[in-house]
Amino acid sequence: MMSLEKFMPAWVKRIGFVTALLLFVAGIVFWGGFNWALEATNREEFCISCHEMKENVFKEYQNTIHYTNRTGVRATCPDCHVPKEWGPKMIRKIQASNEVWHKLLGSVDTPEKFNAKRHELAQHEWDRMKASDSRECRNCHRYDYMDFTEQGNRAAKQHPIAFEQGKTCIDCHKGIAHQLPQIDQHIGKQNEGALEISHGEKPAEKAPAEEKK
Amino acid sequence: MRFIHALVLAGAALLSWAGSASAQEVVESLRGGNSITATSRTDSIFRPEKDQELIPRNFQKQPPLIPHSIKGYNITQNFNKCMDCHSRDRAEETGATKVAKSHYLDREDKKLTNISPRRYFCLQCHVPQFDAKPLVENTYKPAAKKGE
Repeated sequence: MMSLEKFMPAWVKRIGFVTALLLFVAGIVFWGGFNWALEATNREEFCISCHEMKENVFKEYQNTIHYTNRTGVRATCPDCHVPKEWGPKMIRKIQASNEVWHKLLGSVDTPEKFNAKRHELAQHEWDRMKASDSRECRNCHRYDYMDFTEQGNRAAKQHPIAFEQGKTCIDCHKGIAHQLPQIDQHIGKQNEGALEISHGEKPAEKAPAEEKK
Repeated sequence: MRFIHALVLAGAALLSWAGSASAQEVVESLRGGNSITATSRTDSIFRPEKDQELIPRNFQKQPPLIPHSIKGYNITQNFNKCMDCHSRDRAEETGATKVAKSHYLDREDKKLTNISPRRYFCLQCHVPQFDAKPLVENTYKPAAKKGE
């Protein structure tokens, strides 16, 4: 025991070896517990434990290719909505505390309320995807490994053009996993004045439109 | 009298035999002989055709057929996926066929800036193609075009 004390740093001697060991174990437990809690809230079952998610977006998603497809490879809620990298993941998780707050407020607790807010909620996701260059899409869909010859005629034609223009996945692929909000396509009065959908037009093209306001 | 009884009996026997014979014929529904709980056959499902070149019309003014898969393309109250590519504004960028001029007229023949709401449901006239082969030969020939 005497020989071991020689190698101990001063602060370990001060608080005692056993205390230091306990702190070490506590660190493992807390860090492990933190990660466990983080992962527990990163599962589909957790997401749809709220009826807001289960009754609205989850139902719509069940009709899409990311839920059911020929090979059975799935993308669950967090695969698209929570970044995989640690830093962005933490930021997103902290932002999500706002969602817990609105769950308590009951901001979207009926389908009617949800649909009334759909354009706002969708716009948040589109903005997030656009800002991160569709990082979560690209966790699986890597442009560098795309074989255009395996794609349909239309996809094979459009993808290289879009990538050359520096477009990102979400620019064109909106509403692929959930229903779109009201979009003004200038067809009749139904959606007049609603959100206009962008297809990743260059900011230069957007500028004149803003001047008109 | 006895003869008539025998005749009626014979007739009844004949009828019941015919009845039982027809009852043995199993009427097959579209899902085949499968019970409701069983998984239906998947090998005979018609699949959408792959993207192809424009399909020539079979007669004048035929609504053009959709030469591509439309899986996951929804036409809802909120959004018309077809018009995301085929509208006049978008067609140039997407390389899609522009919607015909006739679709821009309302019922008073007034020209609109986009398709008329009465043309909103594209699939009422334009249909995608599946690999379902015709059950009988089609001998249809279109009327000759003007001047032919």
